Amino acid sequence: MPEDPARSPQQVRSHVVENLRFIRETMEAAGAFTAMSGRAQVVIGATALGAALLASRQPDGVRWLAVWLAEAVVAVAIATAGILEKSRRRRLPLLSGVSRRFWPSLAAPLFVGAALTVALATRGQFDVLPGVWLLLFGAAIVAGGALSVPLVRAMGWSFLALGLGALFAPPAWGDAFLAGGFGGLLAVFGVAIARRHGG
Amino acid sequence: MANPRATARNPTVRPDSRRARPAPERGVPAESLDRLIHERIRLGIVSALAANDSLVFNDLKHLLATTAGNLSVHARKLEEAGYVACDKTFEGRLPKTTFRLTPAGRRALARYLDHMEALIRAARRG
Repeated sequence: MPEDPARSPQQVRSHVVENLRFIRETMEAAGAFTAMSGRAQVVIGATALGAALLASRQPDGVRWLAVWLAEAVVAVAIATAGILEKSRRRRLPLLSGVSRRFWPSLAAPLFVGAALTVALATRGQFDVLPGVWLLLFGAAIVAGGALSVPLVRAMGWSFLALGLGALFAPPAWGDAFLAGGFGGLLAVFGVAIARRHGG
Repeated sequence: MANPRATARNPTVRPDSRRARPAPERGVPAESLDRLIHERIRLGIVSALAANDSLVFNDLKHLLATTAGNLSVHARKLEEAGYVACDKTFEGRLPKTTFRLTPAGRRALARYLDHMEALIRAARRG
């Protein structure tokens, strides 16, 4: 640093760069919830692609729904592990400040999605579910993402667009839309979040 | 003029000045670096508050991964310098301390960032 004339310009530069990185990371951690784990999203994307393939081979709606519900449980487990790992590694508080407001924003649309799933499945309207899931997952991410980094909001809006397409597309395309959303979009944005926001 | 806030316990405190300072360049004297902000925890406090309207004590403590005592000491130095304002209230029976960055603190951080950038430029030329 400048107070030590014995330091070389390279040493000064690396020290300053490290200082600036510390400021940026502290502001980022304090100002936006970035504990969403990009790596976990990539893993979920892979399991979702497998689930889409498996679900498309099911003979009836009930079994098809069972495959996707099992995938949902697996995805929640992976996401939880990823978020806990990232928050621990990057010292991001999960239950305080900004993040305390993040979870209710995310949870409300997901709760609506669960309620609609039960209502539609009991009426045998399985065809509508891919569009409903993608739209409500997108809504949850956009709502939670209001307090997060811009990439997360972009991911939410992408899910909303895909969900809109799924809602009006032929029912046979449902699994393809789900694979594109929970497989493709999650993995693509997961890679971007992992690269830009520390894992 | 002597800094009215500087004390024997707190010799690093320097008042904020609205006067525009030239960006520090190569060969900048050491005293032009705001040492009050330069310390790691204090730099963390100021940076975190720059990204929020306010933060409560426990959030800052978790964010900076420091102890309550350490945070108190450093926050007090920033408060004495006028860089940080502190509000103490009660939430039920529990005391709640909220910090926010003052305009002087925001300017001090901006000056510090200018200084860091100038050092990088100087190092490139060196």
